[in-house]
Parts: sequence; structure tokens; C-alpha cells
Amino acid sequence: MQIFLGLLEVVLREGFIYGIMAMGVYITYKVLNFPDLSVDGTFPLGCCLAAELITKGMNPWISCLICLAAGGAAGALTGVLHVKLRITDLMSGILVMTALYSVNMVVTEKKAILSIFNMPTIFNSGIGGKLYGMFGQWGWAVMAGIVCLAVKLILDMYLETRSGLLLRAAGNNPKFVVSIGKDPGNMKILGLMIGNALTALSGCVLAQQRESADAGSGTGMVVMSLAAVIIGSAVLGKAKYIRSTTTAVIGMIVYRACLTIAMQLGLETIYLKALMSILFVIALISSRYNDERRKKNG
Amino acid sequence: MDNFVSFEHVSKIFNAGSINQNVIFSDFNLSISKGSFVSVVGSNGSGKTTMLNLLCGSLPVDTGMIKVGGTDVTKLKEHQRSAFLGRVYQDPSAGTCPNLTILENMALADNKGKSYFLQRGVNRKRINDFKEKLSLLKMGLEDKLEQRVSTLSGGQRQALALLIAAETDLDLLILDEHTAALDPNSAATVMELTKRVVEEKHVTTLMVTHNLKFAADYGDRLFMMHRGNIVYDISGETKKQVSIRDLTDKFDEISIEDGN
Repeated sequence: MQIFLGLLEVVLREGFIYGIMAMGVYITYKVLNFPDLSVDGTFPLGCCLAAELITKGMNPWISCLICLAAGGAAGALTGVLHVKLRITDLMSGILVMTALYSVNMVVTEKKAILSIFNMPTIFNSGIGGKLYGMFGQWGWAVMAGIVCLAVKLILDMYLETRSGLLLRAAGNNPKFVVSIGKDPGNMKILGLMIGNALTALSGCVLAQQRESADAGSGTGMVVMSLAAVIIGSAVLGKAKYIRSTTTAVIGMIVYRACLTIAMQLGLETIYLKALMSILFVIALISSRYNDERRKKNG
Repeated sequence: MDNFVSFEHVSKIFNAGSINQNVIFSDFNLSISKGSFVSVVGSNGSGKTTMLNLLCGSLPVDTGMIKVGGTDVTKLKEHQRSAFLGRVYQDPSAGTCPNLTILENMALADNKGKSYFLQRGVNRKRINDFKEKLSLLKMGLEDKLEQRVSTLSGGQRQALALLIAAETDLDLLILDEHTAALDPNSAATVMELTKRVVEEKHVTTLMVTHNLKFAADYGDRLFMMHRGNIVYDISGETKKQVSIRDLTDKFDEISIEDGN
């Protein structure tokens, strides 16, 4: 029982932390219809930047804001490559992802792994520290949940603003955006900025919780987030009053649970990435099957 | 103003220099006076839709100049030209956002020309106005504000697209075969709505259509295009008295020239 509760905490904590990224990917993939691969680079960017800043004595919350900005800048780059320089969507993402390997190495001063020693993070100082004092390990899950919820509420509010509506329109029907006198390309860039900013924030929060950053942690992030978005909409797609942002987070929790169960059943870590791909394929195919069945039933 | 919209020596060639080179326009000229409702007919490939695309900025001109209201718009991008024109496409799903609700679609278009920042997306104070506009369609859409546009029929969507295109003030209304994808009843309804919008707004209108009945019945000027030229152009009394028969005869004449 003790072990089970411990695992449940890990699943929820990581589900919430990676869930921030899943919401970002929901914006690029579902709202904008843009398969954004730069996420594999912006996630470790957030990790490394957070570790570096906090080690240098930066306030952990301000570090979060800086990571948001850095992720946004990387997203803007992907957007500009695609929209202004007319490079295909997939290639723009790959280019930014590749370039970010070097950027991340510069950020960590050529270290592959960067640890945060005895410095305040959002999990061990302030509210996070108090939660840890009260609930022990569960304090981490609660703290991750608070950050995730805050991001979700802000994102939900944003999607109801004029700019948010226009963003949704840009992904849905670019011609419509043109017809109301706006450039859909600019909205695409904005959406990519939001998506990558959230991804970097997700990496930043993870680094603070683990008190270390791994420059190689980006591999598979796109696959994981896309799977989460797809699983979420497959599980909860029919529920009317649940917002898509919530769906993405829940999808991520389900996904992390699957991975954790597999590890508990004795799967070696080296097979983890393969399992991530397999889960993605299963999610994609079953959601397609679901759609077809829904269409048949009218 | 006598020539509110004008094409001056416009040329447009697709795939220039290649084996598929297709000259659509070479030295095309056109002027349309303010407030007129012009029907444009012509066979496939005659350049009707290309003309609209050039006017709206969806395609760039090779040479020549396009003016609207005396200003040169040739260099303006498509979304910049949207500031003064509204366009309804043949495809009913093109003029609206299928995944947004009717209300969200109308609210977005309602803010055309304004800034799109963090203001509330749907202004609740405008809802009654929206409902009033929708009730004029007599399609019951005023009670479906929260429904996604994707759940509407083609005719309903096209009527909504027309409302949305004309929601704010505009100088020019472009109708690109906007009844072609609809069943005869819906087409007639949308056409009546078009007439009402044009009369209410006194907006200069350019309507491309394959429906000769609509071309004959609506509008105060009609021209027929063929191989990138205007071959038949009537207005005033002649336009009022023109029959479908006259138009089909004219069409046949051209087709014989073309050998089909």
C-alpha cells in the first residue's frame, strides 16, 4: 500500500509537471494544427536554464518567468522559419530543436547534467517548502498541481479573449482570419510562442523538483505530449463540460501511469523510449478507430 | 465616383515560361462605378475567379494596377485589403470557422479592423444585436448561438458567412459563386439575402456566378468574360430587360468560337 501510494504520487506529480507541456502542445497541435518538433529542444532548454539560474542564486519564481520567455523566443524562431521563410512545419521544428542542443550546452557550460545543490526552488522554499513540511513527498505533487492548475486557468482565460479566439480561428480556417483583416501567419507565430513557452516552463519545474537538469532529457517529449493530448481527447472527448486543457493534463497523467506500471512490471529503462513510441501508436490508432465508430453511429 | 474599382492594363500568366504556360489576362481593363451590383458570367477558365483573386490579393498581378476608391491597392496584402472588402466563397465552410460557435464567429468578425488583444472575446452586450441580425435569416439560428458552425447545413453556413462578411462597414462585397454549392431552395434564399444586404448597405458588389437566372435577375450591370476579356457588357435598361435566353444565346456564340 505504501509503495502504491508512493507511486501514485510520482504519477500525479510528473503528470502535472509534464501536463504543462501537454497543454502547450495542445495549442500547437490541436489549436493550430502544427506538428511542432521544437518541443524536444525547448523542454531541456527550460531544464538547463532553470538549473543554471538557480545555481547562480536567481529566485526560483523569476527563473520560471525567464524560462517562459526563453521558450517563447525559441517558439518564435520556429514560427518565423515557417511563416516568413516558408520552411515546412516539420523542418522548422527540427532546425530549432537541433540548434537548441548547442544552446543548451552553452547554458549548462558544457555539462550534460547540472545539479542544483542546496539552493531554494519552488518545491523547497516558500509555499512549496511548507507543503513539503505538511505532507512530505505528497507536498511535491500538490505543488506541481498548483502550478499546473494556475497555468491551465490562465490559458483557459486567454483562449476566451479576442486574441485567443483569433488564435483558434487561425488554426481552424486561416481564410477567415484573412477575411477579418489579420495575418494568420502572425497568429501561428504567437501560438508557437505560447506552446514552447509552456514546454520550457514544464522543463523548468521538473528541474526544480528533481534538483537537477539533463541536457538530453528532450528526446521523446513531442511523442509523449502528442500521445497525452490524443489519449486525453479519446478518454474524455465526449464529456461536454471538460475543457481541452484539462483533457491534455489528464491524458498526461494516464500516460505517465502507463509508463510507471510498465517500469514496475520490470521493464528496463533502456526500453522506455521505445515504449513511449509504442504507446503513441496505440493512442493514435485507437483514437482513429474511435472517430470512425462515432461517425458510423452518426 | 465613376470608376470606384478599376483594373488598369493588368496581366496575369500562370506557369510563365514553362510548357504549361497559361495566359489568363494580357492587358485587362475594367472599371466599376460606386454602388453598382455587377454580375459576372463566363465559362470555366475565362478568368472570372482569377479576376476576384487579383482584386482581393489572393494572387499577385504580373503587371498593371488595381485601384479601389482611387487608391492603388496592387501592393497591399490580402489581409490588408480585407479592411475594406468582404468576400463570400463558393465553399460554405470557407467563410466561417467550423470549430467555433456561431456567437464566437460573429463576435470575431464584429471586431474587424480593431485590435485583437486580451479584451474579452465575446462582448455580451452585442448578443442582442447578433440575435436580431440572425433572426432576419429566418433559419432559427438566433436560438443556436452556442452551437458550433460545423453542425449547420451548407445553406445556413453560407447565409451566416454572408452576414459575417457584411457585419462591419465595407466598400466592396465580393461574391465568388457563393450559391454554387447549395441546393436550389437554399440558393434562392441566400440570393434574396444577398439582395437585401446589398440594398441596405449600398455596397459596391461584384458577383461571379454560373447561374444565368441569378445573373439576369439580380444586379444593375452584367458582363460576360471569355479568355480573359470582357466580351459582353450591359447595364441600365438593357440589363433590366435581358433574359436567360439572351444570355444562353450569347454563351453558345462564344462556345462555337472556341470549338466546343
